[in-house]
Amino acid sequence: MLEMFNIAIKAIFIENMVFAFFLGMCSYLAISKNFNAAFGLGLAVIVVELVTIPLNWFLKTYFLEPGALAWLHQSFASVDLSFLSFLVFIATIASSVQLVEMVVERFFPALYTALGIFLPLITVNCAILGGSLFMDERDYTFGESVFFALGVGIGWFIAIVLFAAIRQKVRYSNVVKPLRGLGLAFIITALLGIAFMGFAGIKL
Amino acid sequence: MSKTAVKQQKKEGLFSRKNLRYLLDPINDINPITVQVLGICSALAVTVKLEPAVVMSIAVIAVTAFSNLTISLLRNTIPHRIRMIVQLVVISSLVILVDQILKAFAYDVSKQLSVFVGLIITNCIIMGRLEAFAMGNKPWPSLLDGIGNGLGYGAVLILVAFFRELLGSGTIFDIPVIPQAFYELGYVNNGLMLLPPAALITVGVLIWLHRWLNPKLIDVS
Repeated sequence: MLEMFNIAIKAIFIENMVFAFFLGMCSYLAISKNFNAAFGLGLAVIVVELVTIPLNWFLKTYFLEPGALAWLHQSFASVDLSFLSFLVFIATIASSVQLVEMVVERFFPALYTALGIFLPLITVNCAILGGSLFMDERDYTFGESVFFALGVGIGWFIAIVLFAAIRQKVRYSNVVKPLRGLGLAFIITALLGIAFMGFAGIKL
Repeated sequence: MSKTAVKQQKKEGLFSRKNLRYLLDPINDINPITVQVLGICSALAVTVKLEPAVVMSIAVIAVTAFSNLTISLLRNTIPHRIRMIVQLVVISSLVILVDQILKAFAYDVSKQLSVFVGLIITNCIIMGRLEAFAMGNKPWPSLLDGIGNGLGYGAVLILVAFFRELLGSGTIFDIPVIPQAFYELGYVNNGLMLLPPAALITVGVLIWLHRWLNPKLIDVS
């Protein structure tokens, strides 16, 4: 059990998707201008990670891995479909995002209007596909992949919320003209990344 | 009537000025990374050394060019509602091809790039260009636009990788370029340049320089 928590803590702080792997940077930069939208998007990302990573784990273990189809019939035991994993993972993600969108629209209409176009854009958030690909590469078990999903989601949430808060303050400062906007956003992210590197000393 | 149309089409050569603009604009004025803010994710992670950066650029150029071409050929048959899924299927099939080719011919680099080859699928440059350009333009301009955006992405990638490798490990393509005498005088490689935040700082400074040289890109907000 402790190991599973360690995986989650590692994914939140030490190997934070944004600061250590630069995943999900596109929406991270685009949506952090407004704190409330950033908060909502962060929550949506946690939910989507929690749905897609375990789902992709099932697909990987029972359909895609070498020998994974053995449960179907003995003659399928030599089939290796792992080259299809990109296609299958992204299809899972696209359909779960669609599903989450429908649920949010039905039950949380306020959040739905606040997120607007950004909800469907989670499909192309690299942090989501990245989570599934890391799960695949590191051969997590089912329990580990659930905690990993939680950690990745919370890590991304913390990153975007911190960044949006800083960006709101920066709006009032007098920055060199060519550096305004995007340039400064990168440097702020770099400084946040350096701060997060302080967690690298934690031994788990 | 139709004859004149044919004549007009013939007048527009394959590399007319308009078509060249599709190819060259993304390298400077509408650079996908520094201006359109697309495809940052993978751009930063593979730039510790030049070699993976070059391989990644070639992979992305291939995928943007051919996905733009394919979608542009299919653009009149794709139903509007399911266009995202169609685009994703086209992109991911191309990425699977690239991945398999890399695994076969450049296994070491493919290991270094790890998940980032797969993440070309969600590289926003590709989806962005498909939506913004290929869905509404003829195949040839789309192909050029794809190559141009790939080149713009590659240019930034290679610039960033050049400085990171030079300052971080003192090498270029793994060949030491900083003379031994410098080290004896007390020069030390800057370890920070190898760490993830250095990529962000390098890109930030690059954007700063780019906007300083090209003031029409400055954000007013």
